[in-house]
Amino acid sequence: MTHIPFTGQLINMCASLLLLIAFAMLSQRRVLSLVHLFAMQGLILAFSTTVVAYSSHQSHLYFSAGLTLVLKGIILPVILHKLVRRLDILWDVETLFNIPTIMLVGLALVVFAFNLAAPISHMAGTITRSTLGVAMASVLLSFLMMITRSKAVPQVVGFLAMENGLFFAATSATYGMPMVVELGIALDVLIAMFILGIFFFQIRVAFDSLDLKHMEQLKDD
Amino acid sequence: MEILWVILFPLCGGIVMALFGKHRLAPELNSAMSLLTLISAGVLTWRVIEHGSFTALDEEFFVDAFNVFLVALTAFVGFTTSLFSRPYMRIEQHHGKLSANMLRLYYSMYQLFCFTMLLALLTNNMGILWVAMEAATLTTVLLVSLYRTPASLEAAWKYFILCGVGIAQALFGTILLYFAAERLLGANGTALLWTHLNQVKGQLEPTVLSLAFVFLLVGYGTKVGLAPLHNWLPDAHAEGPTPVSAVLSGLLLNVALYAVVRSKVLVDGALGTHFAGNLMMGFGLLSVVMAAFFLSRQKDVKRMFAYSSIEHMGLMTFAFGMGGAVATFAALLHMTVHCLTKSAIFFAVGHAAQKSGSQIMEQIRGLIKTSPTVGWGLSLGTLAILGMPPFGVFTSEFLILVTTMHTYPWITPVLLLALGVAFAAIFSRMQVMVFGETTGQRLPHPPALVPTFVHLGLVLMLGVYVPPYLAQWYHQAAALIG
Repeated sequence: MTHIPFTGQLINMCASLLLLIAFAMLSQRRVLSLVHLFAMQGLILAFSTTVVAYSSHQSHLYFSAGLTLVLKGIILPVILHKLVRRLDILWDVETLFNIPTIMLVGLALVVFAFNLAAPISHMAGTITRSTLGVAMASVLLSFLMMITRSKAVPQVVGFLAMENGLFFAATSATYGMPMVVELGIALDVLIAMFILGIFFFQIRVAFDSLDLKHMEQLKDD
Repeated sequence: MEILWVILFPLCGGIVMALFGKHRLAPELNSAMSLLTLISAGVLTWRVIEHGSFTALDEEFFVDAFNVFLVALTAFVGFTTSLFSRPYMRIEQHHGKLSANMLRLYYSMYQLFCFTMLLALLTNNMGILWVAMEAATLTTVLLVSLYRTPASLEAAWKYFILCGVGIAQALFGTILLYFAAERLLGANGTALLWTHLNQVKGQLEPTVLSLAFVFLLVGYGTKVGLAPLHNWLPDAHAEGPTPVSAVLSGLLLNVALYAVVRSKVLVDGALGTHFAGNLMMGFGLLSVVMAAFFLSRQKDVKRMFAYSSIEHMGLMTFAFGMGGAVATFAALLHMTVHCLTKSAIFFAVGHAAQKSGSQIMEQIRGLIKTSPTVGWGLSLGTLAILGMPPFGVFTSEFLILVTTMHTYPWITPVLLLALGVAFAAIFSRMQVMVFGETTGQRLPHPPALVPTFVHLGLVLMLGVYVPPYLAQWYHQAAALIG
């Protein structure tokens, strides 16, 4: 094992924290705690991007770190928090069946993600290449989270967490996407959040609940 | 410069309609904005006919033989649909289904949707292409839930989540593409420009590109409506307002397929094998067969034609996957005629459903008696989409089948069977809806079916005569796509 510089160790630590958060989200039943976890994910993402920017001397990464901090660490969690409060589901607890099974499936997904990422991280020349597996794993774990949830807000948190994972993948494989693209993606995510906010209220008016189990009208028999 | 106009008009349209969307003449203003877009697209097309393909604004935008006809088609269908939505939305408002606020949202989002479609077509940057496709979902999701009924909300939620997750896969594919490109083109903004990628496609890392293509195909394929990722499509088409169904089927699916084909060109160049083509053929064939068998089980008329869209998109994907000059030519022609025919059908279906007060086919009866234009529009459109000669769909389907017989003979019976099943399912339903005793009532505003007949006229023309410059674009694009 070669010597890893301090910044590299910091990045690896951030990656492991992100993986930990992904698992925590998978098993977290309280809506509010999910939002907090999501905010934490955004902050760690911003921090690790800053470290990558510092160690690789890629000045444009400072911008994307700032963007991440503002958008994913502050704006989105605040909006989610307000929504949760306005929808009065602050203390909502979702019944999740079989958390141990979900965790085991999650573990399998992580192994799969590392296998899938291995050939690509070999080719990458970035100091962050070892974290690509973590990035893919957190994308897959958020996906799993979306599948296992039946309420609207946790599903959306899963959706946003998936976007975080993709962003992490972009930083670890290539030092981030070109600036225009990153701005465009950030804009899309922000608009998506607003639309989802409107949507929550519409769904609640129509169904009297944010539980998506009520949505079973449209089926092909 | 012309490119900029094509994109700016619908963007401004979105803002203008957000400001004046409640005005009495808002429908006319909406059409006027779409007309401006159409005119600028016409100027752009003229310039391409005169001077050939070009790039603009630091190569961020480009027009070539492959996207120019799609731009013209998108602007044209955008305009005709806005004409159709004038009486349609007035009738919906008259029936008390929509409020003034909802209409303002509709007009504004309609313009922005056209903006995202044109941006996706004209951008040279694969990352911006992704951004535009995601934005297209965002602009239409509130349109699908416009009526705020439980069913429409469910459809919109499904649409949002499925397409959101799907398109996230495409983002990962784009990241992988950038990863491969960055090693050749350097880490500046140009590494995602399609024209640059196309020049170095032979040197892109094959393993990364094949993985990237799988993600891109699954991602954009969700928006094309390829089986087994098609679940959102029938719901979104059936529950949204009819003009939205028309543009979803006519424009969005085409543009998503365009994104897939652009990626395929790069991957083919890097791999030198038929890997991408085989994947597309598999997904395409599955969609054709699946949709054909689901068609006969539908009760809702818009749902049935949504499944027909899945079938036709599958056929195009299959043809692009098969590759070769003839099949690609046929697929491009099919993109054009399917877009025109399907939107024409939705125009007629929309008014038919308004007359009968229901989208359930059993309750739509005898259209030809009460309003011959709706009846004839629906029956001619159905005949056209089922591939009856002399309509253009016949030409493209015939070419696809002939190429299949040459290259993959064993697939031909499967395709023929699927087309036959689809024919039987749709044709029998259409007869009952058009002929027989009537249940329809008069509409408070006269239906506007000029767009339907203009579309069908164009499809008829493309069946017997393809204009030389259009044929030339098809040939050039086919040579590019391979």
